[in-house]
Order: sequence, then C-alpha cells, then structure tokens
Amino acid sequence: MWKQLSDYFVHNHDDFINSLGEHIVISFVALVFSALIGIAGGYLCVKHKQYDKWIISIFQVLRIVPSLAIILLLIPIMGTGVEPALIALVLLAIPPILMNTVAGIEGVSSSMLEAAYGVGMSDRQVWWKIKFPLAAPLILTGVKTAAIEVIASATLAAKIGAGGLGGIIFTGLGLNRMDLLLVGGISVAVLSIAAGLSLDLTDRYLFKYKMVRK
Amino acid sequence: MSLKAIEFNQVCKQYSQSGDFVVDHVNLSINEGEFITILGSSGSGKTTLLKMINRLYEPSEGTINLFGEDIATIDPVKVRRKIGYVIQQVGLFPHMTIAQNIATVPKLLKWPQPKIKERVDELLNLVGLDPKEFKNRYPSQLSGGQQQRIGLARALAIDPKIMLLDEPFGAIDAITRLHLQDELMRLHGGLKKTFLFVTHDINEAFKLGTRVMIMNNGKVSQFDTPQSIVKNPADSFVSSLMRSSREQERFWEGLD
Repeated sequence: MWKQLSDYFVHNHDDFINSLGEHIVISFVALVFSALIGIAGGYLCVKHKQYDKWIISIFQVLRIVPSLAIILLLIPIMGTGVEPALIALVLLAIPPILMNTVAGIEGVSSSMLEAAYGVGMSDRQVWWKIKFPLAAPLILTGVKTAAIEVIASATLAAKIGAGGLGGIIFTGLGLNRMDLLLVGGISVAVLSIAAGLSLDLTDRYLFKYKMVRK
Repeated sequence: MSLKAIEFNQVCKQYSQSGDFVVDHVNLSINEGEFITILGSSGSGKTTLLKMINRLYEPSEGTINLFGEDIATIDPVKVRRKIGYVIQQVGLFPHMTIAQNIATVPKLLKWPQPKIKERVDELLNLVGLDPKEFKNRYPSQLSGGQQQRIGLARALAIDPKIMLLDEPFGAIDAITRLHLQDELMRLHGGLKKTFLFVTHDINEAFKLGTRVMIMNNGKVSQFDTPQSIVKNPADSFVSSLMRSSREQERFWEGLD
C-alpha cells in the first residue's frame, strides 16, 4: 500500500498539485462570495426586521437540499463546469455565515449601545465601531463552519467537471483503486483541518481581547 | 446671577400604549455648576428624565433647554457630545483598550494623535489610575470600581459642561462606592461642571447633592437643598422617605 501511494506521488505529482490547486481555488472563491453575501444579508436582516424571517428561512431550506442535488439541478440551467459548482457551494456556505452575523449583531447588549450613542456616536459609527467589531468573532466562527463544509463539498464539483480533489476520488471509485481513494480523501480531510486551524489562529490574532486575563 | 444650564418647561413623557405619564409636566431649572442628585424609587421616572436631556428619549410634550438652546432643534449627536454620560452598566467597549475607550470621542472628532495621548494620560490621572499601568489593558482586566472610573474618564474626555450619571455606583460594593463618591465630589469641585446624578440610595443623594430632586410617580415632589428638605419635607412621600432613613439609622445604633 505504501508503495502504491508513493508511486502515485512519483508518477502523478503534477496531477495531484493541479487538483489540489483547483480545490483550494474553488473553495476559496466560494467562501469569499458567501462571506460577502452572508454578512451583507445578515446586516439587512438586522436592519430590516420584517425581512429577516424570510431571508433566513429561504437559506435554511436551501441548506437542506443536498449540494449534489443542487449541482445536478443546475446542469440544465448552467451546464457543467466551474460556475454551477461555485453556485452550489456558495448556497451551501451562506447560511452559517448569515445566521452567525445576525446572532453576533443582535448579541450586542443594549447597555453597550446606550453607551455608544451616549458618547455621541452616529448610527453609522455605532455600526462600524461597535456592532460589527463585536459581532466579528461570531461571524468568523460562521466562516469557519462554512469553510469546512465548502472544502468537503467541493469534492462533488468534480462530478460536473469543475476539477479538484474530487476528481482523484471519483477516478479511484471508478477503477476500484484504494490508493487513489486514500490520496483524495486524506487530502480533503487535511485541507479542512488546515483551514479550520488557520481560521482559529486568525481568531486569536484578531480578537486578543477575548484571551486576556486579570 | 449664574447661568441656567438646564431648563425643563412642562416636560412630559407618556408611554405610547397605555398613555400613562412616566414624567408628568415637569418644570425645573438647574444652574451651571450645581451638583443635582435625583432620588426616587424604580419607576419614578428619574432615569427617563435624565435620558431626555441627552435625547436618548424624546419628550412627548414640552421643551428642554441647555444653556438657553432648545435641544429638540439640535442634532442629537451634537447634543450628546456636549454632555458626558455615565451608566450603571459602565458600557466600556470590550474590544478596545482603556486608552482607546477614553479616546473614543476625541477620535470621532479627529483630534491630533499627540493631543489625544496627552488627554488620556491626564484623564487617567484625574480618576486616580496610573496611565502607564492601565492604558493598554482591556476592560475585562479591571475591577468593577476601576471600570467605572474609566467610564467617568471617557465621559469627561472632551470636557463637557454637563455630566449625566445614571446610578453609576449602583453595582459597586459599599467601600469602593464611598471612595468613588468622595472622588466624584472632588471632581465636581475642581471642574466647575453641572452634574446630574440619578440614584435610589437616599444617603448617596443627600451626601453628594448641592440640591436634591425627589421624584415620585413622574412628578418632582421636592427640589431643594438637603438641609431644607430635612427641615421641611414638602409632602407625605418625602416625609416617609426621611422616616425610613431615620429608622435605618436607629437600627444601626441599636446594633452598637
């Protein structure tokens, strides 16, 4: 088995790097889009209370639909390739970011807001200096959840020709080759863990004030 | 003749639903440099009265003037920046250091960096905390009493002429509270500012206030110097308040 694995890396080194690159790029792009949409959506939900139930439930429903189903459903509309895969991943990643944004902003205590308005901050200043910074740790947690889900699900993108580590896994399934399955599967797992860890480190770096002790 | 810092003309605040008056046709005037304590039980309207001064609440009727200017005609943000505001929950921003907390308003006003630094040090010294030791800490690293000192420093940052204090020592232990009261009196003496201090502690109200405003059911029962209130309570509510305080005193003497 070890020999098979090392042979794989010797012979398919470039293939592997290529797939890994595709996987990282598609996951990263999906994450950036979903963070933009999720945070903006969360802001709108809090600002316009009357819509928040609608927006949240729409994304909740979308999340229940399996990503594979979304990818397949998008084929007649968008064909195959990177775009439909990206859309499916973005839809998957929005809910955790959106909901954590809402929870983070709403979790800012009323006495904090009173103090902020009391010192003479305008609405806009309260948003940028108080609400968003205090919601940020929770938003980052949402991004972390989303990142792990996206990296795992990006495997499916290979089904519609978007490349990535999923390609190696599907080839392994087709040829019944354990070495390919292991290479693909473990790489995805390692990638997820690495993304989670790096976001944890970001959290520690950005929100030092949470770690301080008396 | 000293300047009128704050004037209330027929000010009311009604609950929109029930129509009950929280603050009921209040008229009063406060001179510059006074230390007013507002005493009342919960629900008496004392906090509502205070928050109408910095427009966190809007009166349903009547006008409030600050130094002769009707505040309803001024942008609320501008009104608040002229007024220092301290609340019981302190409300320090947890993601900012002590220095950043104190510098909040100077930064909003785009003061030059060296001036901000100088002001922060000055204020920390004023509230009795060593700048070197405290500047770079976060609020969660401070005790309750220290946090409220920072709350005071933050409110004083741009030298407001009026300070509103909403039960600032309500959540602080008795000994620290005494220290803070003494220090507040010292601050008031040195700063020549008008202080409005809401409390439900009768001892605190009579100790600190140059005049005490006693509120009951949205109305001002009596507004006078501590001595005159003790000598001539205006109504049965005020006299019952005095009596309860005396009874407490006797209780302590009984234990002696």
